Amino acid sequence: MNGPTHNDTQWREIQRNASFQELVQKRSRFAMTLSIIMLALYMAFILLIAFAPGILGTPLASGMVTTWGILIGLGLIVVAIVLTGIYVHRANGEFDRLNARVLEEIGQ
Amino acid sequence: MKASLPRIVLSGAIGLLLADTAMADALTGPVTQQSLNVPAIIMFLIFVGITLYITWWASKKSQSASDYYAAGGNITGFQNGLAISGDFMSAASFLGISALVFTSGYDGLIYSMGFLVGWPMIMFLIAERLRNLGRYTFADVASFRLSKRPVRTLSAFGSLAVVALYLIAQMVGAGKLIQLLFGLNYHIAVVVVGALMVCYVLFGGMLATTWVQMIKAAILLFGASFMALMVLMHVNFSLEGLFNEAVAVHSSGASIMSPGGLVKDPISAISLGLALMFGTAGLPHILMRFFTVGNAKEARKSVFVATGFIGYFYILTFIIGFGAIILVSTNPVFQDSTGAIIGGTNMVAVHLANAVGGSIFLGFISAVAFATILAVVAGLALAGASAISHDLYAGVIMKDNADEKKEVRISKISVLVLGIVAIVLGIAFESQNVAFMVGLAFSIAASCNFPVLLLSMYWRRLTTRGAVIGGGLGLITAIVLMILGPTIWVQVLGHDSPIYPYDYPALFSMAVAFIGIWLFSITDNSASAARERELFDAQFVRSQTGIGASGSVAH
Repeated sequence: MNGPTHNDTQWREIQRNASFQELVQKRSRFAMTLSIIMLALYMAFILLIAFAPGILGTPLASGMVTTWGILIGLGLIVVAIVLTGIYVHRANGEFDRLNARVLEEIGQ
Repeated sequence: MKASLPRIVLSGAIGLLLADTAMADALTGPVTQQSLNVPAIIMFLIFVGITLYITWWASKKSQSASDYYAAGGNITGFQNGLAISGDFMSAASFLGISALVFTSGYDGLIYSMGFLVGWPMIMFLIAERLRNLGRYTFADVASFRLSKRPVRTLSAFGSLAVVALYLIAQMVGAGKLIQLLFGLNYHIAVVVVGALMVCYVLFGGMLATTWVQMIKAAILLFGASFMALMVLMHVNFSLEGLFNEAVAVHSSGASIMSPGGLVKDPISAISLGLALMFGTAGLPHILMRFFTVGNAKEARKSVFVATGFIGYFYILTFIIGFGAIILVSTNPVFQDSTGAIIGGTNMVAVHLANAVGGSIFLGFISAVAFATILAVVAGLALAGASAISHDLYAGVIMKDNADEKKEVRISKISVLVLGIVAIVLGIAFESQNVAFMVGLAFSIAASCNFPVLLLSMYWRRLTTRGAVIGGGLGLITAIVLMILGPTIWVQVLGHDSPIYPYDYPALFSMAVAFIGIWLFSITDNSASAARERELFDAQFVRSQTGIGASGSVAH
């Protein structure tokens, strides 16, 4: 039960299914986009720390103690949570409906 | 302030060690045993009583292998999210990061970020495919279409290396922490932690472990929320006011508001970032939690809940660290005659608990810190035992034909052995610097477990040869570079200068793993390699749709 078998050909049928192809395409693109956004933001943050820490140490406004670094750091935490939430929302709604349609169409 | 540090953080390169201390869960120097803390012990006993009752309840429900490894797949997404955060938020996150914020301000946030960003990546790249393909361990997924025995062997070694390093760091940290918090003897503390860990896992399996982690997460989040709230109340809910007051009293002044000495050069910065980010996605005890929910939908929900709680928790530790600057560093009650923080800087969160909530709340937070360690080690022990019983015994030795009852029995024996080994090593490493161990565990997870797991799900041309050689090379590179680097070569072994100049190996060891896997896969023209590539499509369909995925078991 743990692994695909050779004589099981149902997957070939699913692979040709238009809804399945739509699901895979949409979900992969969405997941990739969000991954790249997260990775890029985090890497930008790390590179900023490594090469230009002064930028993060700039106060938000003159006379203030709070720096851009604090805002960006806390902001990134919030962004990480929000991006995850956006993915779940779409995956558990739209993608799962599409998945259910695939299963229905191939008579599962 | 700096002069007070070496009491608990090893003398030497302070900036570096602080960073490692935050990762390590371990107080790395000698500590003085404190007087017996009665409220803390009472509250801890209540926690132990409740969790042991749950373990007894779980032991009656735990019958099959699926119950034991995956709580029958009956955990809900929300519960699992809470348990994941309980598995992940260690005493290091709480005490270490708040201590890092206390001593160097902004740098604490850099650490928190690294620990958090792995979670969105797990969500986008791994969670649902992992759930759809696996049953009990991530090796199920890595070996799905590859040759079972070599891939399971590699994954089991990757898991055990991570578990062993993490476990030793936790045991040593636990012993020292309990000396400080409860006034108990180090050896007693280590034995108590080891014994409770064995009890939870041996009798209650994944179900009891899950509940221990959920309860711990709830009380930790409650305690930290209360402390942050009290700090914010003190500054009239103005973050600017909090920072203003902190800058005014901190010896480093305004520099605590920007990146400091934590990250010394770009290579180390990127290497650390990669280890934290992708290491999380290769931790066996975390990956195992994804099989406790019924389907991919619940798996996704659990990552969202976990990311939310973990992110919230890091924001709290940041506020707590700054709160400690204004409320603990200025209060002579928390300092000894030389002006050093009593018990060392790792204790600032605990002192802050006393400052904002009195001795009863201090006891509560001490008990929470102990509970935190227990929840983490229980998850580790279960993951380690599963690697032995499910991957090595059932997969490699019995070639997937093991009797289920016997497999679970092997797992339980493994838990017992792991518990004894953990106690012995915890005592053996009492006066050693174990700060590097968690860093190494993350690096190994990022350089061996993660590349093999990721490519097995995403890359058609991956073959057994590529996975085993590449993953093995990643594992070896991570360990060798860590040994030759500043942390072990200079600080532990006492050489003058490191052979490998950077603190973290992940940038290079991950590159070695990925290149190795790629090279030894594409040059693999064997018949078995062709078959493995052919199986990718069927695996892909299952990973996307969940058809054939192991489901929840009804009782």
